[in-house]
Amino acid sequence: MLSFNILIAVCLAYVVALFLIAFVADRRARRGQLGWLRSPLVYTLSLSVYCTAWTFYGAVGYAARSGLEFVTIYLGPTLVMVGWWWILRKLVRIGRSQRITSIADLISSRYGKSNLLGVIVTLMAVIGTTPYIALQLQSVTVSFAVFAQDRSGGAWGASDLNATALWVAAGLALFTVLFGTRNLDANERHYGVVTAIAAEAVMKLFALIAVGVFVVWGVADGAGDILARIDTSPIADWDMKPGRWVSLTFLSAVAFLTLPRMFQVMVVENVDERHLATASWAFPLYLFLMSLFVVPIAVVGLDLLPAGSNPDLFVLTVPLSQGRDGLAILAFLGGFSSATSMVIIAAIALSTMVSNHIVMPIWLSMAHQGATVSGDVRQVVLVSRRISIAVILALGYAYFRVSGGGAALAAIGLISFVGVAQFLPAMLGGIFWRGATKVGAAAGLLTGFALWAYTLFLPSFGGSFILPVSVLADGPFGIGWLRPQGLFGVSGMDPLLHALFWSLALNTIAFCVGSLSSFPKPQERLQGAQFVNVFDHNPNSQGWFGGVVEAEDLLVMAQRILGPEQAQGLFTRAAERQGKAGFLPDTSPEFLQRLERELSGSVGAATGHAMIGQIVGGSSVSVDDLMAVADETAQMMEYSSQLEEKSAELGRTARQLREVNEKLTDLSVQKDAFLSQISHELRTPMTSIRAFSEILRDGGVTGRERKKYATIIHDETIRLTRLLDDLLDLSVLENGQVKLNMRTVDLYDVIERSVVSAGIDGRMRFKRASSGEHVSVMTDPDRLSQVFINLIANACKYCAADAPELQIKVRTAAGVVEVDFIDNGAGIPAKSQPLIFEKFSRLGDHRAAGGAGLGLAICREVMSNLGGSVDYLPGQGGAAFRVSLPNERRSSVGVNHS
Amino acid sequence: MNERREPLFLERESYRQRRTVDAARLLPILGFLALCLPILWGRGGDEGSRVTSVGVIYLFGVWIVLIVSAMILSRRLRRIETEQDDID
Amino acid sequence: MGKKVLLIEDEPNIIEAISYILKRDGWIVATHADGTTAIAAVERHAPDVVILDVMLPGRSGFDVLQDLREGEATTALPVLMLTARGQIKDREMAERLGASRFMTKPFSNKEVLACVQELVQA
Repeated sequence: MLSFNILIAVCLAYVVALFLIAFVADRRARRGQLGWLRSPLVYTLSLSVYCTAWTFYGAVGYAARSGLEFVTIYLGPTLVMVGWWWILRKLVRIGRSQRITSIADLISSRYGKSNLLGVIVTLMAVIGTTPYIALQLQSVTVSFAVFAQDRSGGAWGASDLNATALWVAAGLALFTVLFGTRNLDANERHYGVVTAIAAEAVMKLFALIAVGVFVVWGVADGAGDILARIDTSPIADWDMKPGRWVSLTFLSAVAFLTLPRMFQVMVVENVDERHLATASWAFPLYLFLMSLFVVPIAVVGLDLLPAGSNPDLFVLTVPLSQGRDGLAILAFLGGFSSATSMVIIAAIALSTMVSNHIVMPIWLSMAHQGATVSGDVRQVVLVSRRISIAVILALGYAYFRVSGGGAALAAIGLISFVGVAQFLPAMLGGIFWRGATKVGAAAGLLTGFALWAYTLFLPSFGGSFILPVSVLADGPFGIGWLRPQGLFGVSGMDPLLHALFWSLALNTIAFCVGSLSSFPKPQERLQGAQFVNVFDHNPNSQGWFGGVVEAEDLLVMAQRILGPEQAQGLFTRAAERQGKAGFLPDTSPEFLQRLERELSGSVGAATGHAMIGQIVGGSSVSVDDLMAVADETAQMMEYSSQLEEKSAELGRTARQLREVNEKLTDLSVQKDAFLSQISHELRTPMTSIRAFSEILRDGGVTGRERKKYATIIHDETIRLTRLLDDLLDLSVLENGQVKLNMRTVDLYDVIERSVVSAGIDGRMRFKRASSGEHVSVMTDPDRLSQVFINLIANACKYCAADAPELQIKVRTAAGVVEVDFIDNGAGIPAKSQPLIFEKFSRLGDHRAAGGAGLGLAICREVMSNLGGSVDYLPGQGGAAFRVSLPNERRSSVGVNHS
Repeated sequence: MNERREPLFLERESYRQRRTVDAARLLPILGFLALCLPILWGRGGDEGSRVTSVGVIYLFGVWIVLIVSAMILSRRLRRIETEQDDID
Repeated sequence: MGKKVLLIEDEPNIIEAISYILKRDGWIVATHADGTTAIAAVERHAPDVVILDVMLPGRSGFDVLQDLREGEATTALPVLMLTARGQIKDREMAERLGASRFMTKPFSNKEVLACVQELVQA
């Protein structure tokens, strides 16, 4: 029979397996072998941290007590996932584009990177989550106790329970510290942890389904029998409470969005937005399977076990009572997985929040010099995260000890839900309403939180903590309409619904009133625009589209750069021209362009464009950067008018800005031109091919014509193929992915080979000095001869002299071997010389070339890959190119003259 | 002629895409209504005993319909999203 | 019919193809392969329709078109523009400068023919 030690051994083996999974996944991720680590399946499974031990064990107990009501806890998240296009899609996009690290970070950055809000949300999250962690510790210890009791006959004492809880808490802290704070990733992603969580998700599901299958087909007589048993069991008498049904569905939907751990796995750990599409149906399916057997297990449990058994433990006790120890251990591991995965993710999420919003600001303000040494800050962050994790788990353990476990703790699941639900107005308002402000968010959060504490959290202690029994019964100072569970004289309402209604209603009202009556700071408004309009990107547009932009935002921005008077003058004049009074003109494209020009004069075109783009919502530069630029520019201008000696620095900065600006513009122009050229080069041969193939298809051509046209089609397909080959070759070379086959060769051999394969037409006469060519070089002979062939072929094609002649000269000087190719043609005009190495540059009548104009571009890339160069050599009579090669081992092998 | 046919094709495609998005938005609302239907069922007495097993079948039925619909929609939506990203 | 088309294009194969298609239909086809002297060629040949490529050596097809529209005798001359770049920008540019039609390469022979016929009848 099963001994308690075996259980401990299985449990330890399982934990070791989890450590291994996390370790391997982490190592793969750090080596960049992401592969399946970033599959939608892992993402979906990681979402299952929603299903904690409270739902794993508790759902059956819930069903035994309140019938089908338990299902509402899963229906809310199902609806949220199924409706991902509404909220989750936007949330994930914002999370990724703004690099959000937690729900506190989301709310704080939306409202102008407000640290106050960050602190409020963090504290609320810690207070709301700690009891929940305690609940997980309790479930693990209680399930241990079931086995201990079963074996030794005697029930566990409190000290055994406490010791188990302490061990579990310590083990979890160790795991979370090891894998959650190993490195400081800018994206806050933890591949190891997420993979382990996904494995645990599989375990949970498998365990619950195994117990369910046993119950339905092992104990009962299949599905029909179970349905019949449901109707005869006490569960059939459950009371449908419409208010609770709707509210709990709503509450679980809200909690799914606002729980810090859900935000962590759903938004922060998301590696690919498209995974959400898969999870939108796969996660509801997971929940569906998790709840499928809940009612059958509850029914059979009530049937089999003596009256008074704890229905919360049916998942364990039903298999045990049937002597299925293996199944019971499986169920135990399922519950264990549920508890541990929740605690791990919650601890990571909370520690990120605590360290980013509480510890770091304090540390930075204490270390006066600010964050100058980056290595230093990194260490502080890591240490503060580790300590936070330990403290959070210690708090959970302490809460477990203080509350003494039991029923009070079991109710904490929903209480915790209502607590985190208070984030909802600030969160949804923040991503859908530009008018939401920091003041509103703070007012809403504090109001909601206070009401939650007063009406639900503190009363849950039953008068033993802060709120005495007298207040619960008669209200503070005997004021009846302020009774925590009967505000404003509403009585007889379910306490949970009462709290949910009042806290969320007043939270929302405070949020709206606060937002409407306050005035946001510029950064807050910019962030608001970024969040609300996250999908309104305006790609590759040169001009601006009006309407979306608010003139006021632009004025705020312009004042910072141009100074208030000048900016207001500009805006007033623009408004006048549009026939409007006041400061704010319509944001017509003309006006935007004019403003951009005006700003560009101060900060450079790219920056000016980016700044307006920021407000229009079409750019990806972060608001912080831009505000910093704006502030700096404003300051610099002030100084320059006051202090003459600063002007040099101002000039330098302006020049830098201008250079960056030019580079940005150049890159974009180059990209457009390149695409346009490729399109041209591909379409031209295709045009001939299509036209002639249609002609041939129509029939009626003479035999001679048919041959000619077929030849054209044939030649043009070869031209297309060559173009594609060249493009691919060029792309490989440009990315530096080319594999070079370096060896020591005699330069003479390479030249000889190139001349033979390029100078096929025989018209060209070569002038060479073979003796000078016997130089040994370290190079890739195939690549080098590719360059030579290209240069020789060009000379053959373009040299228009009556007796074309190509001179090849080799010179060795100062560790460099130079090979010159000089023909006796007309050469290349001076103004075209800088262009010839560019892609698709062809001079004059490009038909003669027969290529796409990529040859010299490829040559240049090959030479730079070989560590040398190829240049045009002006003033040599004809066209002249010089190929330079590094020559490390300069030893002439020209002993045997030919 | 080719040139005239092309925009028409694109319009039809984007029209279908917009309706797919509409469907995706509608789905959770319909789901919520369907899942709230049980609150209208009569309760108590001997009728209530019949309702529980039927209720189980009804709820899980609606649930699986939601999952399948979401799966069909998500395939199409993912394609739309990919296209949008390409445009970006 | 015996109407006259002037084809301004620099790709020999495409010249060959378009000439063949139009001649088969009974048109008189003149060709010219350079941008700088294109206006002179139009004046010399006095065609009923011009087919004009955008990417020409010397001067772009857009410049040529602009000159045609500004010239008194050629301001209403039907012009079919061809381009291989296939960007919306080009189409807009052609429309703004007053091209009668605009076509992207590769084209279908039937379409080119139909287009030229329509332009003469209009």
